[in-house]
Amino acid sequence: MKILVITEQREGKWNPVSFETLVAAQQMAAAQPGSRVAAAVIGKGVRALADELAANQLAEVLLVEHDLLDRYTPDGFTIALSQAVAQSQPDLVLFPHTYQVRDYAPKLAASLGKGMIGDCIGYRAEKDRVVFVRQMFQGKTAADVSFAGAPPWFASFQAGAFRGDQIARGAAAAPVTKVAVDLKPEQIRTTPLELFREAKQAVDLTQAPILVAVGRGIKAPENIPMAEKLAKLLGGELAASRPICDEGWLPMDRQIGSSGQTVAPKLYLALGISGAIQHVVGMKGSRTIVAINKDKNAPIFEVADYGIVGDIFELIPALTELLEKK
Amino acid sequence: MKVAVCIKQVPAKDAPLHIAESGTWIREIDIGFEMNEPDSFALEEALRLKEKHGGEVVALSMGPERAKQVIKEGLAKGADRGIHIADDKFFLLDPLGAAKSLAAALKKENFDVILTGLQSDDQGFGQTGVLLAELLGLPHATIIMQIEVQGQRLRLKRELEAGWFQWVELPLPAVLTIQSGINKVRYASLKGIMAAKKKEIAVISRESLGVAQEPTERVERIYVPQKTKKTEFIDGSPKEAAAKLLEKLRHEARVL
Repeated sequence: MKILVITEQREGKWNPVSFETLVAAQQMAAAQPGSRVAAAVIGKGVRALADELAANQLAEVLLVEHDLLDRYTPDGFTIALSQAVAQSQPDLVLFPHTYQVRDYAPKLAASLGKGMIGDCIGYRAEKDRVVFVRQMFQGKTAADVSFAGAPPWFASFQAGAFRGDQIARGAAAAPVTKVAVDLKPEQIRTTPLELFREAKQAVDLTQAPILVAVGRGIKAPENIPMAEKLAKLLGGELAASRPICDEGWLPMDRQIGSSGQTVAPKLYLALGISGAIQHVVGMKGSRTIVAINKDKNAPIFEVADYGIVGDIFELIPALTELLEKK
Repeated sequence: MKVAVCIKQVPAKDAPLHIAESGTWIREIDIGFEMNEPDSFALEEALRLKEKHGGEVVALSMGPERAKQVIKEGLAKGADRGIHIADDKFFLLDPLGAAKSLAAALKKENFDVILTGLQSDDQGFGQTGVLLAELLGLPHATIIMQIEVQGQRLRLKRELEAGWFQWVELPLPAVLTIQSGINKVRYASLKGIMAAKKKEIAVISRESLGVAQEPTERVERIYVPQKTKKTEFIDGSPKEAAAKLLEKLRHEARVL
């Protein structure tokens, strides 16, 4: 099987999920004799990144460069990458499942009349095919999904699905091949403007050793202080899942998950958080995870070391009382 | 401004899910359904566009008979009319097949803006908006946190990862996927609910759209995921459970 991994960089810095996806590709290829893995770098002035990538165990690195690829646009990336796909003729095109990939990869696949299996958490290699595993129903179920029809097939892997540090280095540098990109300004309909951060981050949750995070189960803003008090008693910071910040009950800089911060404290206490995947990707690296939720089937328990099926409005006061006594 | 908003009906958040005998979908009996939450933000944004710039909001949903309920909800909140693409087996469609069906219905009218939620809380493919743009030949932008209309162009605030944002501009007509939390979703008023009864919902059978195509991918089975971690469940009264938990965190996990 010929696999092509589309890596992601912005302003010369790698999106690290790129390497996790390369590891997935290398593992897939190792299980199927005769396979080869190529990787593509896309942007403007990214030759050095291509050379860096070539140190890994790869059959080839594709350099997809053009002045109009300096800043990401869905039109520019789709056109350029469809030319890269046409040149390298892969069976399978893999992406890191980033916000950017969500923005253009389905379009790229559809422009070639193909489908994409997005946001995969793993795969199973079977005799002559690959089955992809992804989540459905907000993580309450998993699904085995397979491609139908002729290649190329398109799939993306979720952040954290593979370990980027397990990447195999090559014995010699892989050849870097330039893709002749034919792209004209009038083909790009979107005008990308400045990148910016909203407010400066008031709290850096990534540095907190203990986090007490609240989700929908907290029910009302007037219940936030009891969780905050518990966080203080534990010597930690208060955090939240996205819906809480969307409601404005806590500022956005307290948000954990794919659109917020990614954290790995020594203790993560999830209160009334169901464990939607967008949240879990931001905290599953925590050393010890405790989940308290009234729904015993809540997906948060999938990643929890300790679980209590119960009412947070009984358990928060109970924990608070014990910690105050100490 | 003529705005279409695609909304999906999904199982209610607290619905206990059981896998159907087919192994590829859930048992639909005995569970409640509701509007896909990300789509409710898209609906709200559609209504605000109309309030600011005039025009019309059309609420579109594909699914079985029950999906009409979310269209009615849209009408009660202020959408002008609805389109129901009827298909009892919508869940067998791959993302491309679903988008092709929606695109075929949308193509019949010239919308200025087509909105979708970011993704659905059931299948969660998260591709519909992007695919609609490709199939309709329109520009798109995803994960939108703010919309400004500037004549025949839109200025849009996109959310990127890790707290970053970006402004982008594109010409109308366009497809946008809306990020959850962009606005405060309104409730339907009693007056709105009454008015909705007189509003039109056009029903189109999906088959009649003539987009039969071989699926590009197939969900072979769905199942309760295997745990990757062994969770130790702590029971007892709240007091007992709290004490046991602290004990374990101090002496077993040693994180306190």
